[in-house]
Amino acid sequence: MDVIANLGRSSLNILRGMGAALIMLLQSIIGKPQPRKSFPLFMRQMYVVGVQSMLIILISGLFIGMVLGLQGYTILVDFGAEQALGPMVALSLLRELGPVVTALLFAGRAGSALTAEIGLMRATEQLSSLEMMAVDPLRRVVSPRFWAGFISMPMLALLFTAVGILGGYFVGVQWLGVDDGAFWSVMQASVDWRDDVMNGVIKSLVFAFVVTWIALYKGYTAEPTSEGISAATTSTVVTGSLAVLGFDFVLTAIMFS
Amino acid sequence: METRKIEILVGVFVAATIVALVFLALRVASNTDITRGSSYTLSASFDNIGGLKVRSPVKIGGVTVGRVTNIYLEGDYYEPVVEMQISTTYDQIPETSTVSVLTSGLLGEQYLGIEPGFIDEGIMMLENGDRFMNSNSAMVLEELIGQFLFSQGDN
Repeated sequence: MDVIANLGRSSLNILRGMGAALIMLLQSIIGKPQPRKSFPLFMRQMYVVGVQSMLIILISGLFIGMVLGLQGYTILVDFGAEQALGPMVALSLLRELGPVVTALLFAGRAGSALTAEIGLMRATEQLSSLEMMAVDPLRRVVSPRFWAGFISMPMLALLFTAVGILGGYFVGVQWLGVDDGAFWSVMQASVDWRDDVMNGVIKSLVFAFVVTWIALYKGYTAEPTSEGISAATTSTVVTGSLAVLGFDFVLTAIMFS
Repeated sequence: METRKIEILVGVFVAATIVALVFLALRVASNTDITRGSSYTLSASFDNIGGLKVRSPVKIGGVTVGRVTNIYLEGDYYEPVVEMQISTTYDQIPETSTVSVLTSGLLGEQYLGIEPGFIDEGIMMLENGDRFMNSNSAMVLEELIGQFLFSQGDN
């Protein structure tokens, strides 16, 4: 009986958590828009979440593109098909690596920071103080962070993809000597704007929503102790990464099968 | 001053994203799909279409002029029928033309090749909804090997 009771309890807890997360999200993003008050807060978060993640995204994008160029070349040259390097690099970045690796890096770089920041605000009772001053912490703290994460992650994924393709170009064409014209023209022949580029953007929008939401919820409900914040930050990265990989499989199955 | 710095950096971020998007649109993706403009529909029936798929290219002399839009079986004998969209730039295909299922390279994808026929008095041009009279089915490798083996057996 205990086993069944435990199963029931944990299922109920998971459901309760998902419900609470949804309510938190709806309360923070639905409401009368106050652009004059919220826009500076949003800009500030775009800087913290987006601009400060740019460096790691650009550098990892460049290196992943370069590795793809190098690995792809050594395999394709055996078949005399090194012209296919362009589409290989472009398609793998546009469809998979761009959105997924950006989301994983984003969960580690920006998601954990969001969780720790909001968790510490709760631990030091800043959120309660806001409530005392009749300021809704969901509108003031959570909402600008959500929008900044949701908008900036797809932008980062686009940057990652573009820089990765350039990295593949430098290794493949400039270093290993694949023909310049063939690299781009074969790529253009096999990459479709709607099927590949747009589906990649849709993927990264879904990942941005999921990762930002998880980070904010974990921070908002963190135990107000130092262990609690540490656990919440870890949980953001673990849950966020797993959710990204899980959603990636589902989205790939829908989009490309 | 702090706010201004943040605004400038966010502006740089947005500008970089727009540059990346334009790069992906113009340099990486193909936006010259032949069927984006106005097009007309033709169809052809075959015995066997092999590995032809919806969105396979339709080519005249190796130049893509359209795409396959629909594949279905028709009639009592379940004949495969292929519908294709051809760009209106190429609307002077005579009704004597032949359409064949071809393969690019030894193992490449399959496509439809149109061989324009002769033009004479009384020969009409194919119009929207018309069907090709002459068609060649796909080469199926297994059948070729089978025929080859049987022809060897006769000797």
